[in-house]
Amino acid sequence: MAKITFITSDDEKITVEAESGSVMELAVENNIQGIDGDCGGVCSCATCHVHVLPEFVEKTGEASEIEKDMLELDDNADEYSRLSCQIDISPTLDGLVLKVAN
Amino acid sequence: MKHLDPSEMSCPFAAARQETGIGKMDDQNDPVTILLRLKDVRKTAHNWKTFQSEATPGRIVIPSEVNIRETRQIPFEIDPPRHGEYRSLVEAWFKRPLEEDYTSKLTTQIEMAIDEALKNSSLEAVTEMALPIQSRALTLLLNTPYEEAETWISWGTHVFRSEGEALDANKANVLYDYIDRELDKSAKNPGEDLYSVLLNSDFEGRKLNKEEAEGVMVLTFAGGRDTVINALTNSIAYFAEHPESLERIRKEPEITGKTVEELIRYFSPLTQMGRVVTEDTSVCDEDIKADTRVSLCWASANRDESVFENANEVVIDRKINPHVGFGFSHHKCLGATHARQIMKVFIKVLSKKVERIEILDHKDNIEELGEFKRKIGFHSLKVKLHSKLS
Repeated sequence: MAKITFITSDDEKITVEAESGSVMELAVENNIQGIDGDCGGVCSCATCHVHVLPEFVEKTGEASEIEKDMLELDDNADEYSRLSCQIDISPTLDGLVLKVAN
Repeated sequence: MKHLDPSEMSCPFAAARQETGIGKMDDQNDPVTILLRLKDVRKTAHNWKTFQSEATPGRIVIPSEVNIRETRQIPFEIDPPRHGEYRSLVEAWFKRPLEEDYTSKLTTQIEMAIDEALKNSSLEAVTEMALPIQSRALTLLLNTPYEEAETWISWGTHVFRSEGEALDANKANVLYDYIDRELDKSAKNPGEDLYSVLLNSDFEGRKLNKEEAEGVMVLTFAGGRDTVINALTNSIAYFAEHPESLERIRKEPEITGKTVEELIRYFSPLTQMGRVVTEDTSVCDEDIKADTRVSLCWASANRDESVFENANEVVIDRKINPHVGFGFSHHKCLGATHARQIMKVFIKVLSKKVERIEILDHKDNIEELGEFKRKIGFHSLKVKLHSKLS
């Protein structure tokens, strides 16, 4: 089980938990504002963009090359950007805090 | 039984994509430089300042519709920042397909269509299946009475084209006159349909005017017509040739979302979309002059072998699939949620009710794009559906 906190663009903090699936799926199930996951998690739509708080980057790991290519053209992207559909939930993510990009 | 040759689905852009990254075509004396690689297509789609959509209405469409329409399609032919303002008016409306009630009605419609098809000894899938499904689903998107679909079905598969003619102004007028009448009706008696919602929308301190509402409606009708029909028809042909995929979806329905994305990538129902170049520039070492056109070739980008493993194969559970079948960046498809939902429900219902599909005859629809010939779908696809229960 991993507890994950989303901070939306309205500065609302929402903590939810899950055992498996992707962070995008968790966000969509819990109606987290700013995460749509239009493509269902195949890295095609970039509607699940989050910023990982710097202290958690080690937990989530780096974006893959394909993911970086997608993020490169997102105006809100920075070095902490990830597409949350590409982050699989596991116990090691417990306590993770993510800022929703949009 | 006539099998489709899998090579007919091969990518006509492959050699040019690998060698130069560009192709050329003429279109009514307004030539087009076709961009073929995924990264170039995405970068160009994102750079709206140099590659604009807000050109003469119809010019970014290939073949150009400059000679058959004056109405600007909205938000499609508007660039940022006003593009975003227009888009925000309709974005929530176009996300309604995710609602339970919408999906349930769509499921009922598609179940009826497939039940009907199963009763027939054979049927022509383009006009007797894909077109009715597309038209009836559109009543949900517009929130108009179900019966309206019969009118739209009578228009045929492309609202701007007649059989054998590339562009048909008379046919376009049928659509414009229809939308005009419907907007007038909604102005007099507002309801809960998209026409009424648009006319009641606030934009820049005023109500959206009739011409703007018409621009949104024309886009909604035209953008989701032959694209959805081709997506459905190509999928029927695919499952006819790959019963094992239908079987797999029966056993693992959770992969349906990935299957939809993959079929959209592979078949790319919209081959390309143009942009007008606002300043002298270059792409792939090719100089491109101001006031000429480039096209973003989604179909080629979606087969880019430098990005997609086994790019020319349908992998129904492809996990990483950064396709651009619904476009990319600001102008990505507004109707994508609706289209995805149609495809998802269609595949789920098909897998539940249909054991196998037999192709009896087919006539391919081949687009001629300068040096390239691309199969986009079918003029006709005669099939027999075999019920799972029989």
